[in-house]
Amino acid sequence: MIVFEKPKALTDVPLHYCPGCTHGIVHRLVAEVIDELGIEGKTIGVAPVGCSVMAYDYFACDMVEAAHGRAPAVATGIKRADPENHIVFTYQGDGDLASIGTAETVHAAARNENITIIFINNAIYGMTGGQMAPTSLPGQVTQTSPYGRDVKACGFPIRVCEMLATLDGPEYLERVAVNNVKNVKAAKKAIRKAFQNQVEGKGFSLVEVISSCPTNWGMTPQKALEWIDEKMIPHYPLGVYKDRSAAKED
Amino acid sequence: MAKLTIRTERCKGCGLCVNACPKKLLKLAGDKINAKGHHPAEITDMEQCIACAFCATMCPDCVITVER
Repeated sequence: MIVFEKPKALTDVPLHYCPGCTHGIVHRLVAEVIDELGIEGKTIGVAPVGCSVMAYDYFACDMVEAAHGRAPAVATGIKRADPENHIVFTYQGDGDLASIGTAETVHAAARNENITIIFINNAIYGMTGGQMAPTSLPGQVTQTSPYGRDVKACGFPIRVCEMLATLDGPEYLERVAVNNVKNVKAAKKAIRKAFQNQVEGKGFSLVEVISSCPTNWGMTPQKALEWIDEKMIPHYPLGVYKDRSAAKED
Repeated sequence: MAKLTIRTERCKGCGLCVNACPKKLLKLAGDKINAKGHHPAEITDMEQCIACAFCATMCPDCVITVER
């Protein structure tokens, strides 16, 4: 009996990510959910700009590449063109979703667009070489903040889930992490719910995944996972920030 | 009887599986190197494996298949 194997919704293309990068784990979780819900034939993914720019090579479903930050807008168009027959998800990093794509993200949430967004928050710009991101922690050393992020000059990090939770639009917002087995299992449950909501026509579902970037953080893969526990999660608390349907049932 | 298969050519030697194994059965093969230049993970004692699939859960590159 097979206990664990590579999900069918992932192609056999080797991932280009650095060793220990948790993008691979999140790719797999999304693919597992697509397999479990049996929606591969009607799923369309929207790839971002960032490290996961080549996500279209890795997912076996149809994929579209969006301009930097515009994935929620592209997903809106695809979903509205044929809402009954397509499941549309975007896969975006923090530089994409929380910086250049803030407007698209906020307004897609405000409109309660029936799409699923997987948001990878690793507190840094990975692809371009480790510059400070809108989500970088205060005091965090990056290529463009060699003395640590100075909040007087660079402002404070954006907590996307908390920000979007103030809107009336979104259906479901949850923050999860993938730094240990327990958190990975919880992350899968959240991603599954985010897709299930769309299947049921409930609306905008966003899962923020606290992820690691060992290369640009300058750590070993294991140390990076520990850093998530020590620094990231205290600043970005895990949990459900909005679940409108569950709130109605109570 | 558990069976663990590791696609060593795809392994990037990040070691996340090594830390995830509750029985401490995995290690990076110091004496082996794959085409990409990484020391791949290997299992030291298959008999002791409980097929919990924690290693596969943490593997970012889906190189581990677990059977029971």
